[in-house]
Amino acid sequence: MAGAKEIRGQIKSIKNTQKITKAMEMVAASKMRKAQDRMLATRPYADKIRQVMGHVAMAHAEYRHPYLEEREVKRVGIIVVSTDRGLCGGLNINLFKKTVQTMTEWRNQGAEIELCLIGNKALGFFRRLGGEVVANVGNLGDRPRLNDLIGSVKVMLNHYDEGRIDRLILMENEFVNTMSQQPKATTLLPIVPTGEQELKHHWDYIYEPDTVPVLDTLLTRYIESVIYQAVVENVACEMAARMVAMKSATDNAGDLIHELQLVYNKARQAAITQEISEIVGGAAAV
Amino acid sequence: MAMTFHVDIVSAEESIYSGTAHMLVAPAEQGEVGILPRHSQFVALLKPGEIRVKVSESGEEHHIFISGGLLEVQPHVVTVLADTAIRAKDLDEAEALEAKQRAEDALANRRSDFDYAKAQSELIEAAARLRMIQKLRKSTNQ
Repeated sequence: MAGAKEIRGQIKSIKNTQKITKAMEMVAASKMRKAQDRMLATRPYADKIRQVMGHVAMAHAEYRHPYLEEREVKRVGIIVVSTDRGLCGGLNINLFKKTVQTMTEWRNQGAEIELCLIGNKALGFFRRLGGEVVANVGNLGDRPRLNDLIGSVKVMLNHYDEGRIDRLILMENEFVNTMSQQPKATTLLPIVPTGEQELKHHWDYIYEPDTVPVLDTLLTRYIESVIYQAVVENVACEMAARMVAMKSATDNAGDLIHELQLVYNKARQAAITQEISEIVGGAAAV
Repeated sequence: MAMTFHVDIVSAEESIYSGTAHMLVAPAEQGEVGILPRHSQFVALLKPGEIRVKVSESGEEHHIFISGGLLEVQPHVVTVLADTAIRAKDLDEAEALEAKQRAEDALANRRSDFDYAKAQSELIEAAARLRMIQKLRKSTNQ
């Protein structure tokens, strides 16, 4: 039987771990609330752009922007949005699994794949797995800024313009609620026009300088804002997942301490009993 | 009756301003434009500059600096989609090159990402702890 002192040390170290996981849980909870607010703050921009874009695209059906044109897929660009840090449960792994699955599907259709990785965890994963990585950005922090993403997005958009890729897919985590985050794949390019908005109204905007540059700018901004939204949402997912993971870690530590405490009590009792019986035995012998 | 319209100034990251106004002046690419209530539908690209929102008849104004973006006007609602930074084609290209470079560096250089030695030692320690706990449990159950 292990000595009481060792068990006491063990309990102490688990208690320290528990303190850390508890702190991380609370930090994640407060950061999650802020991240959720930021997530909501990004919505009006994207909604408005979608609205204007839909109108412009419909009013000028004769101008076909390459982003709206479906073409034969020879190469696929995939943007993977992951976290920078770990200890957030299965969040990243679930996303990577889904990504690999998507990649396999496209490979089976004879398409090549190139990757744009956002977040350090994706980089670590695809470095081990292999894959053609063309752009990468990491260390975005809890408050990601659109400026940090422009470069990576631009790489993918340029490749699309040059015809190097024929489809752009975004892999992201969807924030369902605090307990559940769902990995999902979204096709960014080509943009499929939603057929639900019929051209009911017969007015058109006055454009300055002209339709084409306005539509170009809109489309680029739209893609950027969708990716930015995904990144912000991913932060909210990360915090929620970390909160849940750390909560269960804290609970587990509690269970472990409880069990060890029982072991410790038994060991202590055994030692005392032994001592007493030794004294009694000694006294009897005298 | 004084005529007003609603103004929303939003960027991809946050909502910057929202409220009613009597007049709005924005720096469009081909010169400043002033918007009054019941302006016809209008879309313009904006260049970096200042947006002035006149909020009362006495001439009280809000000044908001934007680094470019897009202006959308409906008769009673004006929306400014502001960029978060000054954008220019060559600047974007420079950023793109940087992102590519980062990807290449990160793939070529294994050390920078992860301290394998440290992680391994932590793993060994954790495994040892686990074994000890299991041993303890077994010995007490006997």
